Amino acid sequence: MEEQKNAAIELRNITKTFGKVVANKNVSLCVNRGEILSILGENGSGKTTLMNMISGIYFPDEGQIFIDGKEAIIASPKDAFDYKIGMIHQHFKLVDVFSATENIVLGFEEEGGYNIRRSAERILAISEQYGFHLDPMKKVYEMSVSEKQMVEIIKVLYRGADILILDEPTAVLTPQETRNLFDILRRMREDGKAIVIITHKLHEVLSLSDRVSVLRKGEYIGTVETAKTNEAELTEMMVGKKVSLNIERSEPENPKERLVVRNVNCRDRNGVQILKDVSFTARSGEILGIAGIAGSGQRELLEAIAGLQALQSGEIFYYDPETGEESNLRDKTPLQIRDMGVRLSFVPEDRLGMGLVGNMDITDNMMLRSYRSGKSVFVKRKPPRDLAQHIIEQLDVVTPSVNTPVRRLSGGNVQKVLVGREIAASPTVLMAAYPVRGLDINSSYLIYNLLNRQKKAGVAVIFVGEDLDVLLELCDRIMVIGSGKITGMVDGRTATKEQIGLLMTKTDGGETHE
Amino acid sequence: MSKKKHEPKFHIAKRDALDWWKSWLIRICAVAAALIVCALVTVVLTGENPIGVYVKMFEGAFGTKRRIWSLVQNIAMLLCVSLAVTPAFKMRFWNIGAEGQVLAGGLATAACMILFGNKLPSVALYALMIITSCLAGAVWAVIPAFFRANWKTNETLFTLMMNYIAIQLVSYFTYIWSVPKGSGQIGVINQSTRSGWMPSLGGYDYLLNILVVAGLTVFMFVYLRSSKQGYEISVVGESENTARYVGIDVKKVIIRTMLLSGAICGIAGLLLVSGTDHTITRDTAAGRGFTAIMVSWLAKFNPLYMVLTSFLIVFLQKGAIEISTTFGLNSSFSDILTGIIIFFIIGSEFFINYTIKVHNSKKGEKES
Repeated sequence: MEEQKNAAIELRNITKTFGKVVANKNVSLCVNRGEILSILGENGSGKTTLMNMISGIYFPDEGQIFIDGKEAIIASPKDAFDYKIGMIHQHFKLVDVFSATENIVLGFEEEGGYNIRRSAERILAISEQYGFHLDPMKKVYEMSVSEKQMVEIIKVLYRGADILILDEPTAVLTPQETRNLFDILRRMREDGKAIVIITHKLHEVLSLSDRVSVLRKGEYIGTVETAKTNEAELTEMMVGKKVSLNIERSEPENPKERLVVRNVNCRDRNGVQILKDVSFTARSGEILGIAGIAGSGQRELLEAIAGLQALQSGEIFYYDPETGEESNLRDKTPLQIRDMGVRLSFVPEDRLGMGLVGNMDITDNMMLRSYRSGKSVFVKRKPPRDLAQHIIEQLDVVTPSVNTPVRRLSGGNVQKVLVGREIAASPTVLMAAYPVRGLDINSSYLIYNLLNRQKKAGVAVIFVGEDLDVLLELCDRIMVIGSGKITGMVDGRTATKEQIGLLMTKTDGGETHE
Repeated sequence: MSKKKHEPKFHIAKRDALDWWKSWLIRICAVAAALIVCALVTVVLTGENPIGVYVKMFEGAFGTKRRIWSLVQNIAMLLCVSLAVTPAFKMRFWNIGAEGQVLAGGLATAACMILFGNKLPSVALYALMIITSCLAGAVWAVIPAFFRANWKTNETLFTLMMNYIAIQLVSYFTYIWSVPKGSGQIGVINQSTRSGWMPSLGGYDYLLNILVVAGLTVFMFVYLRSSKQGYEISVVGESENTARYVGIDVKKVIIRTMLLSGAICGIAGLLLVSGTDHTITRDTAAGRGFTAIMVSWLAKFNPLYMVLTSFLIVFLQKGAIEISTTFGLNSSFSDILTGIIIFFIIGSEFFINYTIKVHNSKKGEKES
């Protein structure tokens, strides 16, 4: 193999297990200098574990790592750094009150000691070389997500890394920011750096990388050259069988106003305004998508409707599907909303921290919604157990038994339990926040189908999503939220990604996300 | 890289759930290991024969009928306080103020006995004692709960501080009610008339105490496992966000649970003052408010297991006292032994949850 000669980093037969779970099994791959390699795989396929072994966070149970042809033992992040390996994690590790420069030099011993001005100059030089737009003196708390990411990337470059690993770098970026990041990565490639990018977005793989290595359930499936492959082949490698990636979108039938949100304002605990004058209508029999950069107020908006977030001002009207009666949900607790006969189901973003109780079994989690029924002081476990059985059968939940704590289930199965319970309440309004985050392709499509079935049954579905491709395929209308304001409402059938991307960063004030 | 690096010798990994018998096997091994270490320590420090020491410990707990009664009574008292703190801990409310809540209940009982003993008909007196002791314990517990529920104050510090207030209040009233005046001791209350003393059933002084605690154990088991309120406690304890999401009034649950927890502590105070000591001192609770936390955690908040864990701890205490007197050892020695045993038992939980993997030192060689 001619690759071996100039491979910057090569893995041979790497195996890593956690308890009974095999995270990586006999994985072998290599990255050359001047190349971008994508590691593609569904969630739980072991991509991050593999990269954590290169960056010294985990140590492989078996197998070897070679750097420039020599065997390397990477037992700590410090060792990885000595080998000039830099990892950019999905979750940033920055000190908010420090400037970019301070964060970059933090913990790094330089010759000549600490000199912030000289460091800032070096940072500017690096920025210019690769095309970052960053003010070295800007404080992290004033930065947008993409700027924080740049700080993380410059941090590893500053320390001389020439093997860069990026873990799902585009998950938090808008399409424009993603394109900008890709330009930077291409420039680094020209500079001779070896770049590994972990992702599960196929179109990014195709547009950016030179080669793709695919992992499935911890096993190495193969490496292909990007130029010689296509989406269908990659999906098949990733999932193990052919998958049709189409979402059936029916025309809304007889849409009627179900939920009307009018001029809602609200602030968080620190007094920061998170929703600004939000107004919209959700109709029965249609899926309303909500797009926006993570943390733009999506969570607060859904929580406000569910009675979990106090409003400063504004109204939330609900129209009963049978009588057409109008009721105001403002300042009502979740319990009061239910007592008013409003069948509102909510699949929150934080599944185990809010939607479910991780340490309880499936039965007790089913009971969360229904335990109050009846006058008895004791809980009845029979009906929820039956419901749990039903959901396990209907949605193919993989679990040892109904008595297994839900935190032991995989992400997709946890979500099936949660969505199953919320749909079992036969809702008239169904809100779902990032319902497919962390799910594999099959589970994701199962969830889309469930939402579509609810739509056909006349439910007003509100879907907060992050993948614009999915939003455009699934939703009838897409509302875009930016910094707590509604910046646009587009038709899901005619809008483009670029159009939504622009709306996501648009704010009517001075501050804009670059 | 010229420097030769070595891979780590071992690492720690989380285990899957163990079979119940395997986890109990680990616990039994831990106790056995603890006894061996204790034996070594005994030989090294005192030169006594460790087997003889263990036999004495056993005799200290089970040697005579009287000792067995005293053992069971002490288990009942510790168990009672443990039952009281359990709902709070299950709710992740770090109530370390059981000591004060017990004293508050005991002080209320003593006050009734001193002020109304020999004056009220005994039924009315008992009723008054039960009500005031529950109320006193509940008030002591609900004050921190109220502040926590409304303003998120730190309940650990708050309940701890409430202990000192209770202890000083007892000191104060010990002085006021001391017999004879100025002696600083209350002495046995109503010794001649036995007014307000817990009646002895069938001639056994402690039987009623034990029955009350047995009843409470069953009540708490059913309450936590099968009642709607018990379910709410679990949900709030696991995740306040989930509780709010499903419409549970978190404040209400915190306050209600602490009222219950405090009231049971108050009952423990009643049983100690009226059923056991017939007096009150600063030491009436005797550290049970703290030991109870260990009992509750070791039993994983299961009231039935708590019978076992409180037995274990009381047995160790009794045995330790016996050996320190028989062998003329410093009483601290028995504390050393108790400490070693508890250390091993708590340490065994680590091995139940985690496993240690040793790396094969020859690299590249696959181990089957």
